[in-house]
Amino acid sequence: MTDFFTQSWSWWFTGIVISSIMFILLFLGQSFGFSSNLRTICAAAGAGKNVSFFNFNWKSQLWNIVFLAGAIIGGTLAGTVLNSNEPIVISPSTVSDLQELGFSSPTGLQPDELFAWESVATLKGFLILAIGGLFIGFGSRYAGGCTSGHAISGLSSLQIPSLIAVIGFFIGGLLMTHILFPLIF
Amino acid sequence: MKFLKFLVIGILFGIMMAKSEIISWYRIQEMFRFQSFHMFGIIGIAVISGIIGVMVIKKFNIKDFNGNPIVFHPKEKSIIRYIVGGTIFGMGWALSGACPGPMVVNIGYGFLNMGIVFLFSILGTYLYGVLRSKLPH
Repeated sequence: MTDFFTQSWSWWFTGIVISSIMFILLFLGQSFGFSSNLRTICAAAGAGKNVSFFNFNWKSQLWNIVFLAGAIIGGTLAGTVLNSNEPIVISPSTVSDLQELGFSSPTGLQPDELFAWESVATLKGFLILAIGGLFIGFGSRYAGGCTSGHAISGLSSLQIPSLIAVIGFFIGGLLMTHILFPLIF
Repeated sequence: MKFLKFLVIGILFGIMMAKSEIISWYRIQEMFRFQSFHMFGIIGIAVISGIIGVMVIKKFNIKDFNGNPIVFHPKEKSIIRYIVGGTIFGMGWALSGACPGPMVVNIGYGFLNMGIVFLFSILGTYLYGVLRSKLPH
């Protein structure tokens, strides 16, 4: 039983857990959408005084901030007591593609080339993370949702706008991976 | 206390995101290179089971735990904002390897530098709020 929790979860089990989380939130009277938290944080920090987009009753979204806090705790549990320390198994073709860009073979969940302190301490390394975050925050609000709000909640209720957004996610991801990566790395 | 249940679901969400390796930059690269089934399988199963569940809720008018009807808010009709916003989001997703949920799970996991991505995603959201009236929607 402990093995079940410490080993990597299969794709099908994970998919079922994701939709279950969406349904539990629906049954609690809320909806599954993580990036709304970014707007709530802006509003809670007082951005509503100058920018009307952040002038809303953000306290009604506190449940989602609590959910976010839970997600951090869940990450900590997964990284400590539930950590099996098994190496991550990445497709050999991805590993060799990334080696051509200067990434060494995966040893953990994240590449040192991007997330180790010595990488972040360089201007380029810092800018990669900063611009990545900036695009995610700007794009998710412009598109009205992120992976959870559009790809999971939106597609589940067969919404065309969400399908368009998910197509956009892939246009952007493919553009970055195949066109821009060789220029950046 | 009314928030406790959301904390518990959040913890489950965080464990799931990490144990399925969705929070890994490498997994996102595999997906955008179409070299692994993992992410497509996860999203596929989540969406298929989601569609079935939503159809059941609608067909039988199932109420939530408080007895209120479950409503699915239709997203406003547009193309430009979803394509352009989605593309910008996708570029950031591929670059940093994390969408908003996995960002904070990564921080909890111990990848503290993901905090930079998270802080700048808040800044990006703020920037959108400032520029909103000037953008085509």
